[in-house]
Order: sequence, then structure tokens, then C-alpha cells
Amino acid sequence: MSMLMETEGIAVRASLDGCIKCTICESACPYAAVTEHFPGPKTVGPQEERFRHGPLSADWSVDYCSGCGICSRVCPQDVRIAEINSRARAQLKEQRGIPLRDQLLARPDVMGRLGRPIRPLFNWAMGTLLVRLPVERILGIHRKAAIPKLAPRTFRQWARRHPVRPAPDRVVYFHGCSTNYFEPRLGRMVVAVLEHQGLAVEIPEQGCCGLPLQSNGNFPAARTYATRLAGQLRRAPRDIPVIAASTSCGLMLKREAREILGVEDPALVDISQRTYDIFEFLLNLHEQGRLKTDFVPVELTVAYHAPCQQQNQLIGKPALDVLALVPGLRLVELDRDCCGVGGTYGLKREKYAISMAVGDGLFADIRQVAPDLVLCDSETCRWHIAKATGFPVIHPLELLHRAYGGR
Amino acid sequence: MITDALVIGAGTAGLTAGIRLAQGGLRVTVVATGEGCLPLASGTIDVLGFAPEPVQSPRDALPGFLDANPEHPYRIGGPAGIEASLAWFIKTAGPLGYHGELSRNRWVPTVLGGLRPTALVPHSMAAADLGGGGEVLIAGIRGFRDFHPALLAANLSRAAAAPAHPIEARATLLDWPGGAGDMPPFRLARRLEDAEIRRQLAAQLRSKLSGASAVGMPAVLGRERAAEVHADLERRLGRPVFEIPGLPPSLPGLRLFDRLRRALLDAGGRLLLGSTAISATHSHGTVAKVTITQASRPVEVSAGFFVLATGGFATGGILRLPDGQLREPVFGLPVAGLAAGQEPFGDQYLAEHPLDRVGLSTDADGRPLGAAGAPHATNLYAAGAVLAGALPWREKSGEGLSLATGWHAAEGIVGHRREHAA
Repeated sequence: MSMLMETEGIAVRASLDGCIKCTICESACPYAAVTEHFPGPKTVGPQEERFRHGPLSADWSVDYCSGCGICSRVCPQDVRIAEINSRARAQLKEQRGIPLRDQLLARPDVMGRLGRPIRPLFNWAMGTLLVRLPVERILGIHRKAAIPKLAPRTFRQWARRHPVRPAPDRVVYFHGCSTNYFEPRLGRMVVAVLEHQGLAVEIPEQGCCGLPLQSNGNFPAARTYATRLAGQLRRAPRDIPVIAASTSCGLMLKREAREILGVEDPALVDISQRTYDIFEFLLNLHEQGRLKTDFVPVELTVAYHAPCQQQNQLIGKPALDVLALVPGLRLVELDRDCCGVGGTYGLKREKYAISMAVGDGLFADIRQVAPDLVLCDSETCRWHIAKATGFPVIHPLELLHRAYGGR
Repeated sequence: MITDALVIGAGTAGLTAGIRLAQGGLRVTVVATGEGCLPLASGTIDVLGFAPEPVQSPRDALPGFLDANPEHPYRIGGPAGIEASLAWFIKTAGPLGYHGELSRNRWVPTVLGGLRPTALVPHSMAAADLGGGGEVLIAGIRGFRDFHPALLAANLSRAAAAPAHPIEARATLLDWPGGAGDMPPFRLARRLEDAEIRRQLAAQLRSKLSGASAVGMPAVLGRERAAEVHADLERRLGRPVFEIPGLPPSLPGLRLFDRLRRALLDAGGRLLLGSTAISATHSHGTVAKVTITQASRPVEVSAGFFVLATGGFATGGILRLPDGQLREPVFGLPVAGLAAGQEPFGDQYLAEHPLDRVGLSTDADGRPLGAAGAPHATNLYAAGAVLAGALPWREKSGEGLSLATGWHAAEGIVGHRREHAA
């Protein structure tokens, strides 16, 4: 495989040598715990990798990995298990083809663009069983899977008319597809919170990072997307931080494009070194004594779930530290690894039940805490958790925005 | 990143230090490359099992053991420290219901049917002490590869601690509803949280009980709802049920990991898994910062105190470089226990090797020594298997020394802070 010629690819695959078959990844995998379809990250990864040569391929079980990355995080030997399995999945798809459904789900930007002209129809259709049943039968998207509503105006439409407020310290905002098409409100709040810190916020034209393409096994297209995005973000002045509020897309820029896709484009390498999660960035400001703390009390009980791709950034849970500064707030940390949606995994007919079983513990914890709001940094997780529990789920940044007196 | 204390390592020693520090009012981050030893561990707490003769009472044996092994990590804090750390552990492990006392080792079955000494057992193993003999039924699950009741029972019948206390062990295989197939322990455990599966297994078991006073089963009796699974089986069978831990993944160890992780968070601590400490910077005889890895770039963590609990040679806390030099990788500390030119390995694979005892030397407070023989830094402590002078697998002292030294390091730091505040 050509990807193995790349240096990151070699490093990822060579990490296999460190595997001592200790099974820590297997017992930490939330998917292997609930389904026989996925025998576990060690079994389909370090164990089966030795059979993956030339025309031989992995069996289908690797397709039941959601890519949550917990295996790589818990491995005491630093074996890049999830990355190896992602590559094996792509190889499988390369040989056997990618179903139409996965091609669609992998392109939120295309879905957004196509859906916008028929927005009321799209939003109505996705909310009615009359349409969802045939969609499930024909396309294989589960009828109960959470599909977000298209917003009346995109974030970009707003951003184009929002002048950059001049200031000596500047940042680039990488908003991602979901904020653009589904949650432009969140994008406006990110800009407001950053501007409140006295920063100039540049919002260059930008496309999709390619993460859904990667997780659905289309590496060539994902590489094109990631490289193009890096070039777009780099059009803004050099050496200034790139801020992402979508944790999975942020992680794509930070690491996955390099480690999983093997992209070595210098623009991407540069961007990956200066990409920050929004709360990582805000906590850094606080540690430098530069974060504004003019908060109004927020008398609420909120439960915070750190999604997998946020945890995979290995930055801890900075949202907890920043929100701890807000007076009146009762903050509960939900200690669960995965909500089960795995990006687009839980939308698929054959995987929906697995996804709900994985999220079971998290949903039970939320019901037990019975918070006013659930906080979660990742969009697909928010939609999934909201649908499964009926609790309102927002990005922690929205709460911070409120604490700054925003509406 | 700024914190009051940074603990490096998430095994028994690291989590103990982290929880205790957080309980002592410090902001704590525990950082580790991955999950430590606990998912592989039996869940029992060994303190001292062989010295080198079988130990009946660790409390009685410890003074003599320390006299014979003056460099042993147990000297940090001494017997009083061990007692205090165990009392703290039982309280912290809370709902897992640890039983035991330092005055008497329990003799619990291994998965091959031997008896081994241990000081504390979780409630799910409360009835596992076969030191006094007895009649037990060992029940396995057909298709589960890691537990062979016939082998276990046959060996157990020969393993009695004394002729006066014979063990009569019988074996049976249960049919898992729908077939166990190739189910790993963690999936069996989760399925057992379903009462219907327990009902069907218990129904098969009841006819096999005859005179057995207790039933031994593979340690797969639930994860999150293990207490409920265990209690329900005992109720259905009308007698004690005990788990026999076996090959990893080990549910009793995982439950303990889950519990300690929760205790750390409840005390306000942070756990950062997947990130490796790679280097340190010093200033005026103290450690100022430790650099850890993140997804795209390393970051420096500033802290007032640091605890090194990265494990021994087997887990990368101590490295042996290609030129034969031993090195502690984060702080570059000197490694004790092997004389210059001494061969690290003996002739026999399963015997003791000189390399087994290598590790860090410390002062009486548990601060690792630098090249000059004085503490490397005033604010750096070491705990657990990274310390020199122990042979946990032979002494059966692993968990005890991690608990005692992790707890002692935290006590030292909390005390130090209190003095400075006063």
C-alpha cells in the first residue's frame, strides 16, 4: 500500500511492535463490550494486522470500529491501535467499495449545500417517519438516528458581513461544516467570546476537514479535503493560533490527517502545530492572567461530557477548569468515555442499536444527575445525546457566552 | 498547563498518590501513557506473602523482613505507614467492600488451583479464603477459554495449606444461555448484569451444589453492577459465591480501576490518559516543569510537586539502553540495584534476575536520589514499582508497596504544604 511509504504511516504501523497483547484496549473498548460484531481493538488491530498483506484484507469486523480512539489512549505501550484500524478500514473499503449512504454521510458540506435550497422540506422530511422509513430502507440510515436541522442562514453568510475587529492579537477561527450549516449560533458565540478577550478574529473561507470521509474509509478524498482546508486557513496571517470549537475537526487538523491519512503537506503540518481547541486556548489565556472574568452568575446545574475526540487531543478537560470560574454554576463531570454515535457510525441502520447500547451508561448518568443542561463539545454527540435522553445539550462555549452576559 | 501537583503514572501507586493529594486540597493532574497495571491485576491487595517462607501474618513478619531487606521500599513509612495506607484504601475503595487485616493473610485460589497469600480481597472474594479447608464447587462456563474448573478443582484438592484442613473441590461446567461462543470476560461480565442469565445459570448450579459450602466462579461477575450480580447469585444459591481471578482482562482489577478513577475525580483531581511525560526542567534544586505529549505538540506542565509512579523495568519506568546503561527516562535519575559490569540476567528464565530489583533509591521521605546521593529535587517523590530493592512477584508485595509508597509521598507533600502555609 502506498500509504505505508509515508513516514507517519511507518511510525504508526511500527508501533505494533510495542503490543504485548495485554488486552487493556479490549477491556476499555466501549464497542467490544456490547457487540459480538466487534471482537475488540487488539483482535482486529495488532492481531489481524499481520494478515493484511497484498490482496489479503481484514474481515468486516474492522468496520464495526467507530474510530473513537479510546484504545490508543489507554494503551500503556503507546500502540496506535485506532489509527492502524482506521487504515485497515480504508483498505477494506478500497477493495469492496463504499456504499452510497456512507458516501453521503461522509460529505456534510455537500449535504448542507444541497439541502439549503429546499431547507423547509429537508427539515420537515428528516423529522417525519413517512420519509425516514423509506430513507432507512433505501439508504440504510436508521429512522431514529438524530439528524440536525438546517439553519435559516449559514455561519458564512453572517461572517461575510461581520468585519474583523482590529486588535493587536489575532486568531483564526476554524468553524467547520456543522457550525456553518446547522449551528451558526455557536459560531457567532465563539466569535463574540474571542472578541470579548480583545482578540481580532479572522474567519477565512474554508471547507470540510475531511474527517467524515476518513471515518467512512475514503482516504483519497479525505486527503484532498484536509490539504485544501490547511491551505485556506493559512491564507490568514502566519503564526497566529487557529481555534476550533468542533473537537473532532480540530483533532483532524492536529493529528489525524497526519497520522491516519499520512498527509505530509507542509501547510497542514504548520496548521496542526498551531491549532487549539477553544477551551484549551481560553485556559491558556487564563493561566497567563489574560482571560476576562467579568461573569454574571449562572444558577444552573450542568453535566459535562467530554467526547472521545476531545479526549484524544490529550489536553485534559479544560472546559471544566474555565467553567469553574463562573459563579453560581454547579458543574458535574460525567465520567464516561463514549456516547456511542462515533460521528456517523450511530446513524447507520446496522449500527444504531450498538450505538445506543454504548451510550447507555452515559444516558443513565445524565438521567440520574437530571441537570438543567448537558454540555458536550462535539456536535454529533450533542445531537445523539439530546435525542437519546431528551435533555437539552449544548456546547460548553454557549454556557460561557451566557456567563459573559450574552444571549 | 498549571497544577499544584503532577502525578506521572496511573497504576496503583499513581492513583493512590493522586487521590490522596486531591483529598488533601491540592489541584492534581494524573498523567499516564495509558491505563496502568490495574486492568491486568487480580484486584486483591498483597502486602507480604513470602519472606521467603510463607507469611501467615504480615504484621508479625514485617519487622524481621525489613531487618533482612534494609533497602526495601517498605522502609519508607515503615509498618505504620503500611497500616495507615491500607486503612485509607479500604475506605477509598468503598463500595467494592474490601475485607482483610494485616494480622492474617488469606489463602485464595489461583486460576490453576494453587493457593496464594494475600492481605485484602474485594467482597466478591470474601469467601475465597481456603486456608482453613472446606468443600467447594468450582463452576466454569462452557466455551470460556480462560477458566478450566476440572483442572482447577483437581489442583485445589492437592493444594490444601495443612493436612488438618483438607480441601474437597468438585468441578462443573455451566451452559451459557445461547452459548458463550468466544466471549471475552468483559462481555460475559456485562451480560451477567442481566438477571435472566443469572437465573438460568443458578438453576443449573443448584442441582450440583450437594454439600459444597461455597461456589467458586470465574471473575466475570459484572462490572458496573458487580455488587448486585454477586449478591443475587448468592441469594439464588443460598451460599457464598467467590470469584477466582484469572487471565487478563481482569474484572476485579478493572472494577478497582473504575473505582479509583472515580475517587480521583470526586476529590477534584484530573486524569489525563494517552499522554507521556518526556522530560523535565529544573530550577534552584526543584523540578519546575515536566513536558508531556499531546495530539500535535508537547506542552509544559508547571507544578509545585511531582510524583513519579511510572512502574519498573517491565512497564518502561526504567529503561535499559542498548549500551547496557539503565536510565529513568523522565528526569534522567540514576538507577540503583545493579553493580557496574554486573550481568542483568541470570541463567534461568523463571528464576530471579539481578535486573528484577533495579530502580530508584530514595531518602526516608521517598524522594529519589540524584547522582550525588542527595535528593534529586526537593519537590520530586517516587512511588510504586519504580523504586529499587523489591521483588514483588516473589514477595507477593506489589499492591502493598504501591499503596504504601504512593500514600506516603502524598502525605509528605500535604504535610510540607501545611507547614509552609502555617
